[in-house]
Amino acid sequence: MSILIAVVTLSVIAALFGLLLGYASIKFRVEGDPVVEKIDALLPQTQCGQCSFPGCRPYAEAIASGEAPINLCPPGGETTMLALADLLGVEPVALDDEHDTEPTKTVVVIDEQTCIGCTLCIQACPVDAILGAAKQMHTVIADECTGCNLCIPPCPVDCIHITPVKVEPDTWRWPLPEQNFAAPRA
Amino acid sequence: MTRTTHQLWHFHGGLKLPGEKHQSTGTPIARTELPRQLVIPVHQHIGETGKVLVNIGDRVLKGQALTQPTAYVSAPVHAPTSGTVKDIAEYPAPHPSRLSTLCVVIEADGKDEWIQLESRADYKKMSPADLRNLVRHAGIVGLGGAAFPTSVKLNPGPGHQIKTLIINGAECEPYITCDDMLMRERADEVISGAEIISHALNTAHCLIAVENNKPEAIAALNTAISDAGVDYIDVVAIPTIYPTGGEKQLIKVLTNKEVPSDGLPADIGIVMQNVGTAAAIYRAVFHGQPLISRIVTVTGKGITQPQNMEVLIGTPMSALIEQACGYQENADRLIMGGPMMGFTMHCDSLPVTKGCNCLLVETADQHSDENNAMPCIRCGECARVCPVSLLPQQLYWHASSKNFDQVQDYNLFDCIECGCCAYVCPSHIPLVQYYRFAKTEIWNRERDQQKSDHARIRHDFRQARLDKEKREREERLRKKKDMLEKKKQAEAADKNETEEDPKKAAIAAALARVQDKKAKAADAPKNTDNLTAAQQKQVDEANKRRETE
Repeated sequence: MSILIAVVTLSVIAALFGLLLGYASIKFRVEGDPVVEKIDALLPQTQCGQCSFPGCRPYAEAIASGEAPINLCPPGGETTMLALADLLGVEPVALDDEHDTEPTKTVVVIDEQTCIGCTLCIQACPVDAILGAAKQMHTVIADECTGCNLCIPPCPVDCIHITPVKVEPDTWRWPLPEQNFAAPRA
Repeated sequence: MTRTTHQLWHFHGGLKLPGEKHQSTGTPIARTELPRQLVIPVHQHIGETGKVLVNIGDRVLKGQALTQPTAYVSAPVHAPTSGTVKDIAEYPAPHPSRLSTLCVVIEADGKDEWIQLESRADYKKMSPADLRNLVRHAGIVGLGGAAFPTSVKLNPGPGHQIKTLIINGAECEPYITCDDMLMRERADEVISGAEIISHALNTAHCLIAVENNKPEAIAALNTAISDAGVDYIDVVAIPTIYPTGGEKQLIKVLTNKEVPSDGLPADIGIVMQNVGTAAAIYRAVFHGQPLISRIVTVTGKGITQPQNMEVLIGTPMSALIEQACGYQENADRLIMGGPMMGFTMHCDSLPVTKGCNCLLVETADQHSDENNAMPCIRCGECARVCPVSLLPQQLYWHASSKNFDQVQDYNLFDCIECGCCAYVCPSHIPLVQYYRFAKTEIWNRERDQQKSDHARIRHDFRQARLDKEKREREERLRKKKDMLEKKKQAEAADKNETEEDPKKAAIAAALARVQDKKAKAADAPKNTDNLTAAQQKQVDEANKRRETE
């Protein structure tokens, strides 16, 4: 008899908790994958596609699902890779040899004399940083340009050039002092 | 009157440094010769760069505005003398980056002709806002070295009642004496400036803090106060401990209050201005003169005749060195600012800016080479002297290993870069450089983050726009298709109505004709009836033939 009471009690408790968990899983359901959001926030948003994914968000989704490694983002460089490793709790992976650990920031400039106004670059720009209209001169809004260089291949007259972003005294960074410790003097 | 009873407190740490001040206080403030050419950097302050108002070839008068502020935190620059604008281009600026910035180059015509100057000796009738505006357009920035626009500091914002104005005459860094000489020679200007600031801030209490190693300055200020007959300004002699001239340190010494970590002195009812700034405000209000000159200490063991001089902004540093009778033979490096917080300059052709309080020339034996740094031995001396009570050693470890999150956890941004930790470090580690590296790196990352967030918004917006356009196009296509379909159906229906009827009619007519024919055939006489035998035979034969054929 006492065994029965125990079995019944436990079953009732199990059923109650089951219901509670079932309710919670519906009520507090998380829409989308929050990890993707966090990864996407770390990516540089150049939308350049150099990672072989069509933009930063698809790459973030691929990382979240474990399909892509964390070292595929050349514009982000080592900083982004380390931040991703930190976020995901994985070991840092070295970047490809061909990419700099700290890439120089660039923007593109349209040679307005050569531009024929074909609008192909406008369609290619992922952040709407190119201004112009059909058969009108185009120009790049430098402040909005992310340096993804996606506008360069479509240009039929090769009038788009890469220029490094100028370092101003306000954006200049102090160098890390060199640590070549001198041998102690006798 | 000096209140000898003014209670003072101590801040944490600090250093007693050899003053080295007597070198440059022997002679009065000298006037510099008008240089042939002045290079005025457009951006000499903290905040936004102003918009250039002049063109190449323009004649400008002394005191004419060359730029106009573009944002709230911004300050204009003015022509230091009359002459012609020779160039507006990038020239090397006195900045540790050694980068060039936009400068206006003025070729002096030697006439030194002022613009129309307007005195506002009746400033007490002006509202604080008008007074702030006057100070803003006079291009006045903090002359203690930070060059923060003064008009912004004069506006503590609603809800901040300023109880105490502190005029900072501490000048705690070794060698520098420009504030000392200013207080000695122009104490009346400082006091007038303090009165104007008090009026602008609606403050009833003002303290002028001077280190006790400047008795002449304290005496001069007290005389000026009694001459002016103001009762709310007190001169306080404070102990000579570096860096007591730091804003937060001086507030602690005078009031025992601490400014919150990410706050401003205004949050605790205090505003602090440098003595030089006060004098500049006096000149702007009483004489209408914008900030076009400042007092610079030219000193150091590598200088032949150390002294203070009143220098027009934009004068090349080499002209100052020349006036001080040039370098000594063993001069090794030129520093803008003091020995603790100054920056080494890569050449002496750079222009003097508003923030340049001292040119210090050190000899080779005076400074240790950065490459002599040895590993940290964790002695903890740095933490003992830090005036902000930070843990410099922890900051060093995290900065050198680029752990930027941890370095912020240790309050890197409260570091005032005073250099005490590096001064006492037995391993000669250039600690402040590590902190500066970490600070600029973190700022850079913040800028990158802002930029990428901005790019994400633009990309998402573009994506949304493209999707919308696609949807609209599909919708249009679908509608068009539907319309075509409907039209087709309607046409088909029309056709059916007009085409099917004649068909049916034709069929009906044909049927009717057939039936008619049948009926007629049934009625008609049959030519095979009633045949003769011969005729029957012929018919049979014909039938037989047909069958056989």
